[in-house]
Amino acid sequence: MAKQRQTIRDHTAEANLFTSRALISVVVVTSFMLLILGNLYDLQVRQFEDYQTRSNGNRIKLLPVAPNRGLVYDRNGTILAENRPVFSLEIIPEEVSDLEATLVALGELMTLTDSEIKRFQKERKRQRRFKPVALRSQLTHDDVALFSANQHRFPGVTIEARLSRFYPFRDTLTHMLGYVSKINKRDLEKLQDSGQEANYAATHDIGKQGVEKYHEKILHGQVGYQQVEVNSQGRIIRVLDFQPPTPGSDIVLNIDIELQKKAQEELAGRPGAIVITDTRDGGVLALYSSPSYDPNLFVHGISQKNYSALLNSRRSPLLNRTTQGRYPPASTIKPHLALLGLEEEIIDEKTKIRDRGVYKLRNVAHRWRDWKKGGHGIVDVTKSVEISCDTFYYDLAYRLGIDRIHESMTMFGFGEYSGIDLHEESAANLPSRGWKRARFNEPWYIGDTISVGIGQGYWNATPLQIAQSINTLVNKGVRYTPRLLKGYLVEDQVIDEPVIMKEPVVVKNEKNWDVVLDSLYGTVNREHGTAYRAFRKTEYISAGKTGTAQLFTVAQDAEYEEENVAKELRDNAMYVGYAPYDAPEISIAVTIENAGGGSANAAPLARNVMDFYFSQKKGIVASSHIEQVKTDVQNRTIEAISGGE
Amino acid sequence: MAANNKSKIKSNKATFLERIHIDGFLLFSLMSLMVVGLLTIYSSGGQEQELVNRQLVRLGLAVGVMIGLAQVPIMFYRRIAIYAYSLGVFMLIAVLLFGDIGKGAQRWLDLGFIRFQPSEIMKLAVPLMLAMFISRKTLPPNFGNIAIGFALVFVPTILIAKQPDLGTSLLVASSGIFVLFLAGMSWRLIGFIGALGVTFAPIMWFFLMKEYQKQRVITFLNPESDPLGSGYHIIQSKIAIGSGGVEGKGWLQGTQSQLEFLPERHTDFIFAVFSEEFGLIGVFGLLIMYMCIILRGLHIANRAQDAFSKLLAGSITLTFFVYVFVNMGMVSGLLPVVGVPLPLISYGGTSMVTLLAGFGILMSISTQRRLLSRAT
Repeated sequence: MAKQRQTIRDHTAEANLFTSRALISVVVVTSFMLLILGNLYDLQVRQFEDYQTRSNGNRIKLLPVAPNRGLVYDRNGTILAENRPVFSLEIIPEEVSDLEATLVALGELMTLTDSEIKRFQKERKRQRRFKPVALRSQLTHDDVALFSANQHRFPGVTIEARLSRFYPFRDTLTHMLGYVSKINKRDLEKLQDSGQEANYAATHDIGKQGVEKYHEKILHGQVGYQQVEVNSQGRIIRVLDFQPPTPGSDIVLNIDIELQKKAQEELAGRPGAIVITDTRDGGVLALYSSPSYDPNLFVHGISQKNYSALLNSRRSPLLNRTTQGRYPPASTIKPHLALLGLEEEIIDEKTKIRDRGVYKLRNVAHRWRDWKKGGHGIVDVTKSVEISCDTFYYDLAYRLGIDRIHESMTMFGFGEYSGIDLHEESAANLPSRGWKRARFNEPWYIGDTISVGIGQGYWNATPLQIAQSINTLVNKGVRYTPRLLKGYLVEDQVIDEPVIMKEPVVVKNEKNWDVVLDSLYGTVNREHGTAYRAFRKTEYISAGKTGTAQLFTVAQDAEYEEENVAKELRDNAMYVGYAPYDAPEISIAVTIENAGGGSANAAPLARNVMDFYFSQKKGIVASSHIEQVKTDVQNRTIEAISGGE
Repeated sequence: MAANNKSKIKSNKATFLERIHIDGFLLFSLMSLMVVGLLTIYSSGGQEQELVNRQLVRLGLAVGVMIGLAQVPIMFYRRIAIYAYSLGVFMLIAVLLFGDIGKGAQRWLDLGFIRFQPSEIMKLAVPLMLAMFISRKTLPPNFGNIAIGFALVFVPTILIAKQPDLGTSLLVASSGIFVLFLAGMSWRLIGFIGALGVTFAPIMWFFLMKEYQKQRVITFLNPESDPLGSGYHIIQSKIAIGSGGVEGKGWLQGTQSQLEFLPERHTDFIFAVFSEEFGLIGVFGLLIMYMCIILRGLHIANRAQDAFSKLLAGSITLTFFVYVFVNMGMVSGLLPVVGVPLPLISYGGTSMVTLLAGFGILMSISTQRRLLSRAT
C-alpha cells in the first residue's frame, strides 16, 4: 500500500521542499548556536573580571587569628598577668563513627554532667559536621592527663588549647591590675565606634578594669590573618597565605609586688587603702584597695551568685578605694594650708596662737572644738602640724577664705583627676562657692570655710590625691603624674616611658617649703609629734602627718565616745608620710575606714610598710649614714627653734 | 571480509561499519562528546572513579541500544509507530493515575520488574507517529492533517507537563512540531500559531503553570532577587562560566565545581563546569562538535529516500539541537531553568538511552538506504 502511494507522489518536489526546510533549519540552528556563543563571550570575556572576583569571593576567606595578649610584669620582673593554656575537649562529629558510644565511653573516663551533654548536643545540631564542638570547656589537669592516655580510643575527639588570662597574685592586685573578660555587646559597640572591630575579630577577651582596660591598646596587639580556600560548606581546603598576628606588648609596671603584698597584709581585709609612690617620678609602687577579690573569677565568666555577692556586699569590694574612695582628707592637708598661710603672709614662722580647745567667732554662736580637750596652749605653725592643732587651722582658714584655699589646693591636685593610668578614678571634691551654689543652691558660709580648714566639711579626696599632694610638698612644688606603667619589655630590655610632669606649684618664698617639711619631720621625730610613738627607733628617718577624719558630727554639747558611735560612723584613720627625710624616695598614704585615730591606727601600719621597704634595700643605705643625717637634722631644728625664740 | 576487498567498485564497497549499519562520522562525533563528558564528569564529581564507571556502563548500554536499533529496517519503525504512540499515551495516563513520585513529580512507572519513565518513550514515539502520519499524504500537509498532527503532539505534551516535567514535555512537543515544520507547514500557519502562542502565554501563566515553574521564570528574569534561594543555581553557574575566561581554569582546576559551589554540577549544570575549566575556547570546540552531529543528521535526513525517513531523521536531529540549546541557554542564564541535561555530557541514564536510541534510528536511515532502494 505504501509503495502504491509513493508512486503517485512528486518525489522531487517533496525532496526540494524538505531540503529548503532543512536549510532553513541549518540557518536557525547556526544562529542559535551563535547566540549561545555570544552569551558565553559576554560572560567569559566582557564580564570576566567581575565573575572572577565573585568566584574568588566564594572560595577565599580571611580567617582572623587573635594576637597573644602582652604580659604584665612588676618593676622587678615578677609576672603579674600571664597567658595560660586552658584546655577544652572537642569532638568533630564527622570523624566519630558512633557518637553515642563515644559519649558513654568518655563519661566513664571523666563523668560528664547532663548539662554538658545537653549543651554539646544542642551545639552539634547547629554546626557543620566537620566543625569541632566543645564538650567540656575547662579541663582540669587530671582530665587532660586521663584523656591523653586514652586518646587512641577516641578518634575524632581532641583536646584544644586556648590561651587565657591568669592572675597569679589573685586578690593582691585586683583593683589596680583589673581583669579581662569575654567581649560583650557594649564592648563590641565601642570597638565598632573606634574602628577596632576588625582588629578584635578573633579576640575572645578584652580588658574590663584597671591596667588591663587602660592599656588595652598596648596589650592587645594586632590581629593576623589566615587566607584559606573553603568549599561551599565552609570546610577549609587549604591555607593560601598566613599573615601572623602581632602580639601585644609586654609591659612593666612601677608596682613592686612585694610592697603590694605587704600593703595587703597590713590592711588585713579591713576596708581601706594604701598608696605608695616613688616621690622622684610619680611611679606607683603599691596601690592596694581592701577588701579585694580574685579577678580570675571574671576571666571565664563569673557566676551570677558570686557576682551579686560581690556587688551587694556592704564592704563594697568592687570599689577601688585608692582612686575612687572619697574620704575627708582631715589633718593630712594641714601642712598644705600652713604653706598657703605662710605664702599669703597671713602667718609667719613666728606667729603663735593660744589654743584653749575651742574656736569662736565674734557674733557666731557656733563653737568649733579642737580634738584635744582644753587645747594645746601656745602653738606656732610648726607645732600646729606636729601636734595637729585644729584651732590654729580654724583661724587660718577663716583668715584665708575659701577662694584662696580653693585656688591653692587645686594646684596640689585636690578636686582633680590625678591622671593615673586607670579609668576607675574619682576627682572627689574640693569645695568652692561656685560648687556649693551649683550643688545646693546655697551661699557659702564662713562656717563652711572653717570646717575646710581641718580637711572636713565638704572637702573630700581620694587616697591617691592625698599621696600626690604630699609628693608635691616633698618635691617643693614639682609635680609628677602618678603612673602605673613604667615601660615596655622589648627583648628583655625595659624601655622606660617618659615621666609625665604637671604644672608645678610656685611659691614666693622658697624658705616656706622648709618650714612645712620641717613640721612634717617634727610630727614623726619630735616627742610631741602625733606620729612619734609609731615611728620610734626606725632605721631611717621619715616625715609625715596623721589624720583622723570625723564621719559623725558630735552635738555641740556632747563628747565623741567611740563606744557610742555605730561602727560605720567611727573615725577614719589616716597617715601620710615619706622617707628618707633628707633624700626622699617613697611616700605612703594610708586610709583605714572606721578604725579610729590616725596616729594610733594608721601610722603604725605605715611604719611597718616603710620598715619593710627599707629592710629590702638595707645594703644600700648604711646605718651610719642614717645617724649622721639624724644629727644634722636635729641640729638644724634646734637652730630653727632657738632662732625663733 | 567484503569490506577488505579493494577491487570492488565504490558503490558496492561496504566497510565493516556500513555492514553493521553504523554511520562512522556520526559514531566518531558521538564518541568524542562522550569522552569529553566522561572527563567533565570525572572533574565535577570530585574525581571519583566510581561515577565515571557507572556512566561508562550506561554509555555502553546506550551505545548497544543504538547499534541494535541501527540494524532494524526503517519500514519496521514506520509500522510500529502507531502502537508505540498508543502504548506511550496509555502509560502516561497510567503514570498520572498510579505513578511513583520521585523528586516531587510523578514520572516513574513501576511494572514490578522494571521502573521507567514513559515520557522517555514519547520522545521517540511522537516523532515516529507524526512522521508516519504526515508522510502518508503528499507534502506539504493540508490544514486538516496539520490540525490532527498538533493534536497528536499536544496530548502527550500536556500529559507529561502535568507530571510535571516541563523539560521533557518541551522536548516532546518540539520533536512533533519539527516534523510538521519540515513537512512544509505553510509560513502563514507558522505565523498564526506563533501569534496564538503569544496570546496563550498569559493563560498558561495563570492557569496551567505550577508555582515552582512560575518561580523559575521569575528567577530567570532576575536571579539576583533571591541569591541564596532559587537564584542560587543560576548565579553560581554564571560565576563558574564567567570566571573561566577565555582559556579556562584547566581540567580539575575549576574552583566553583571542585569546591562544590555549583549545584547539580555533574548533571544538568555540567556545562558550567566545562565552561569554567575549558573557557571560551573549550566552549567553541564543544559547539563545533555539536554542530557536526546536527549537520550530519540533517544531511542524513536530506538524502533519505522517503518522506517518513526524512521527517523522522530531521526531527530527531533538531530535537537533539533543542537539548543542546535549552541546556546551554539555561545554564548560562539565557533561558529559565528547565530540567534538560546536556546531551552526551551530563551524567544520567534514562535520557542517554533514549537519545542514543534516536541516533540508532538515524543510523538505520543513513545506512539502510541502499538496502531499501534495492528492495524498492
